Amino acid sequence: MGLFILRRLGVMLLTALCLTFIVFWLTNLAPNLEKLAKTQGNARMSDEAVVSWLENRGYSQALPVKYGQWLGVLPGYVIEGADGEVRARCQLPGEPVEDASTFCGILQGDWGYSTVFKDEVGSIVATRLGLTGKLMLCVMLVMVPGALIIGVLAGMREGSRTDRSLSTVSIVSTATPEYVSGVVFISVFATATFGMQWFKGTATSAMDDATFENFFLPVITIALYGMGYIARMTRASMTEVMTAQYIRTARLKGVSFPKIVLRHALRNALIAPFTVIMLQFPWLLNGVVIVETLFNYKGFGWVLVQAAGNNDIELLLGVSIVSVFVVLITQLISDIGYVFLNPRIRIS
Amino acid sequence: MEALTWTGSLGGYLNPIFMILVGLLIIALVAQMVLGFFAPPQTLQANPDGTIAATAGPLGLAETGVKWLFLATLTVVVAYIIVPLVMPYGSAGIIGEMSKRFLPVWVALIALFAVSIYYKRKLGLYGKLFDSTIGMIGFALVMFWVFTALFVGVFDWIGTHDYLSQVSGLKNKVPGVPVPEGTEGAIPHYLLGGDNLARDIFSRVVTGSVFVIAIAPLATIFAFMVGITLGLPAGFYGGKLDTFLSFVANLILAFPVILLFYLLVTPEIVQTGIPSYMAAFLFVFPLIFFGVLLNSRYYTQPAKRNAILIPVLGILGWLYLSIINQKGTVIDFLPAWMDLFDISILVVFVSVVFVNAPTVFRIVRGLTLDLRTRDYVAAAQTRGEGAWYIMLWEILPNARGPLIVDFCLRIGYTTILLGTLGFFGLGLSSESPDWGSTINEGRKLLLIYAHPALPPAVALLSLVLGLNLLADGLREESLKD
Repeated sequence: MGLFILRRLGVMLLTALCLTFIVFWLTNLAPNLEKLAKTQGNARMSDEAVVSWLENRGYSQALPVKYGQWLGVLPGYVIEGADGEVRARCQLPGEPVEDASTFCGILQGDWGYSTVFKDEVGSIVATRLGLTGKLMLCVMLVMVPGALIIGVLAGMREGSRTDRSLSTVSIVSTATPEYVSGVVFISVFATATFGMQWFKGTATSAMDDATFENFFLPVITIALYGMGYIARMTRASMTEVMTAQYIRTARLKGVSFPKIVLRHALRNALIAPFTVIMLQFPWLLNGVVIVETLFNYKGFGWVLVQAAGNNDIELLLGVSIVSVFVVLITQLISDIGYVFLNPRIRIS
Repeated sequence: MEALTWTGSLGGYLNPIFMILVGLLIIALVAQMVLGFFAPPQTLQANPDGTIAATAGPLGLAETGVKWLFLATLTVVVAYIIVPLVMPYGSAGIIGEMSKRFLPVWVALIALFAVSIYYKRKLGLYGKLFDSTIGMIGFALVMFWVFTALFVGVFDWIGTHDYLSQVSGLKNKVPGVPVPEGTEGAIPHYLLGGDNLARDIFSRVVTGSVFVIAIAPLATIFAFMVGITLGLPAGFYGGKLDTFLSFVANLILAFPVILLFYLLVTPEIVQTGIPSYMAAFLFVFPLIFFGVLLNSRYYTQPAKRNAILIPVLGILGWLYLSIINQKGTVIDFLPAWMDLFDISILVVFVSVVFVNAPTVFRIVRGLTLDLRTRDYVAAAQTRGEGAWYIMLWEILPNARGPLIVDFCLRIGYTTILLGTLGFFGLGLSSESPDWGSTINEGRKLLLIYAHPALPPAVALLSLVLGLNLLADGLREESLKD
């Protein structure tokens, strides 16, 4: 087991390195850098000015060198620019070059500086992640119990009318992407069009003070899309358990049906959905980006859109590191948890 | 011209009936749900004359009620669609006029269903689809949009106005608004109102279907070609090849899709030519697939193989070169007469294929791992068949069931992805009528005008729902064997 986790961690680290390198490469392509120079410097810069602007700020170094510096395994650049000013990568704003440390990268805990928000990437990511965490927690609290209840109810009597109607409901919810359900919910429940103006159409105020009125729509929008999938998996697992031999034995003994479902079937039926719920996180991340854009909730997804839209390299890298780690860690947890929950599987 | 109401004069008769029926149906459904948990199960009673009778009880009564109420509601809905066809213009309201615009689609749908149901025993899996209600509903929804796209794209029938022309005074106007005198168009109303730029929403939505119906299945086919060509050897040989390919697939899957889109689908990336190189790489897989497929089958008869393989590869190669060759990008070497078409949204197409291919790869790999232990594979190996013959002609046909089901689901997912791209305004021009872009346009003023964003949202929902139901019906029917 220990070796298994170690190997998974190794693969995880390799994946994270590859992915960040790809993001680094894509954001550091020549046209992207030119756009960055023009947005940061002057929109009407000549080509020579762009080149010297990039050279002065260390963007013209070789890609692996830049990546090493960002990672913190190579010393940060100290460049005397064409304009005579000396700039160092590790220099804090207002600090003289001589005092700057040699290494500054992710490994040293220095995430860089956002060119759009004019702030440390680390602090931006931390605050926005907190806001998104609040959203995700609410989503999970709505989605997981809802999906499990629907799945168990549908799966306990396969082929019954309850099963068929609940399965149709879960198919409809998997077929409704967030941008569709969000738009429908806002126009039905947040405008006067249908006379049901019960909720707020934006969640901006929910960042400080989340109430039912301003937070319910974004939460239910994300929850609905994931709910159908988990419910279908739960249903499949529940129907499989209900046909097992020990359930039949219990029925023949004369155990009442509710007792069979609650005592005998439920625990075994919930092993498979656990994996699915954990693997749902990467999908939720998509939903978060869409919903935060739609409801103007300035969390992690909103930052991702801002960073990507403005080619804010270091912020984008920070965002992608966090999201990639979220994905990989949930995969790891789902694997380990599955082994713990399911005694039939042993990893040597 | 007067503004149209939703149901026109027809609504006077049908609306109250419809309301009452829907109300009763909801009551009956709730009653049935509640009774389903508490009512005693059906019991069989033996009669003195030896027969057995089942007493329905309150649950049975509720079930019968639901059935008849549902049929009655359905009849009213059909009446909303059919009756306006014989009414003069303007008297049947917005729904009636839309139904008239869709007349060719109704005719085509009815014809298709009549023929398919008549011959369903001779049509294999497709015919079996017509045994499942869910599958039929899904198929009807999908074919509705396929026919709409066909008639709009080829004959320019259903749309009422030009989807790009702006008519002054109709900005954000509500559904059923009359257009000013002298405006070009098939009818003197905007059926679903005007959008933010005073364009006809109805025409934009039906035109948008062409984009989705053309791109989504094609992109899914390409993703399947890539996934199958790589997944079969990975599962069959295992070892280092499998480890490497699985690592790459997991790498792509670990990327949040939206981040990938934001990195790939920008004008700056198009400038560097990366999408063109990716297209050159991804679109070569159909060539490899068909080449290996035919070669492994006929390599013992070289003459026959050459006669088949050369024309097939020739045509596919030409198509391949025309797809990847685009004016003004890094790959631009074909003379103009050889370049069949230019795809203006190549980057959208490539990124959608790129995102879908790893998942298909994983599915195919898993299926191959399972199927390669079967007896018929061992038998083929004993016969001395080549590895690729076994993969493509023994394993792949036996994996078709899950693959067909996943194909339907994946077209739906691709549609959602295309909508996501439109929603973030990536890769598509802001004038594009596709549903994602239209939802994006509409959402900006959503709190003030709700009507521009709703029709494309409902359209996208119905297509994806149809594909999901179709996949469910196919799965159910293929499991029955």
